[in-house]
Amino acid sequence: MLYGWDTADLFGELRRMQSEMDRLFHRVGSTTGTSGVFPLANIYDDGEVYHIRAELPGVDRNTLNVTVTGDQITITGERKPEIPEEASYHRRERDHGAFSRAIKLPAVMNADGVKALYKNGVLDVLVPRAEEAKPRKVAVEG
Amino acid sequence: MSKKKALAVTEKRAIDMASGEPTQNGLFFTPLVDIYETDESLTLVADMPGVTKGNLDIDLAEGILTITGTVPVGEDMPQLAYQEYQIGGFTRKFRVGEAIDQSGIRAKLEDGVLRLVLPKAKSLRPKKIEVEVA
Repeated sequence: MLYGWDTADLFGELRRMQSEMDRLFHRVGSTTGTSGVFPLANIYDDGEVYHIRAELPGVDRNTLNVTVTGDQITITGERKPEIPEEASYHRRERDHGAFSRAIKLPAVMNADGVKALYKNGVLDVLVPRAEEAKPRKVAVEG
Repeated sequence: MSKKKALAVTEKRAIDMASGEPTQNGLFFTPLVDIYETDESLTLVADMPGVTKGNLDIDLAEGILTITGTVPVGEDMPQLAYQEYQIGGFTRKFRVGEAIDQSGIRAKLEDGVLRLVLPKAKSLRPKKIEVEVA
């Protein structure tokens, strides 16, 4: 079946673009725009935990490292080249090499509580805010 | 210390729905692939991060190989605060010129990388001819 543009789809697309623009202008952290540094990352935030997600297909698990230094998370690793014997290449689009990506977070982190999970070629890093950086409700007196 | 080659960012290529690509609803990207050939088989390696076995569809019909993987867009995730890449599925079609032994096709999905081995039909494999000495 072929899908074309129907009206509902078009508005959905516009809404998606709009919300993307909104996000670009209200972004967190001191990372700038699309950093251009591999891997690209998305950051989700529920007020207590920052959730960093990056697409890292085929990275050698033994090389994959997440380190916490001050207010910065650094993701390093390497994608090793695949060299089959006696094969001729028709296409070669998948890149390989080492990478290092540093992400500064705006709030103080609880370094001991950082968790990282690599699954289906996607890395998730969960970074809890330090107690003092969590939003606190203040009772209004009077 | 030897300097390693640095891995660069490759922007994901979104598929233009208006051009009539037969895909499902939602955002789809073109996966990056390696394709290589040996005497026995064709191997296709495709980067499809986030795709699971249950969300992957491989189809070979009339010389067209189609691979499609869907990715959950993250409804279960908290508020997106900062975005550098978009999340969507992956789909791509290839014309397969060789006759393939359909029953021998093997697929493996590991760490977001699909590895598909398409064995050539036996009649097409190079055959060694023994030369008899008269």
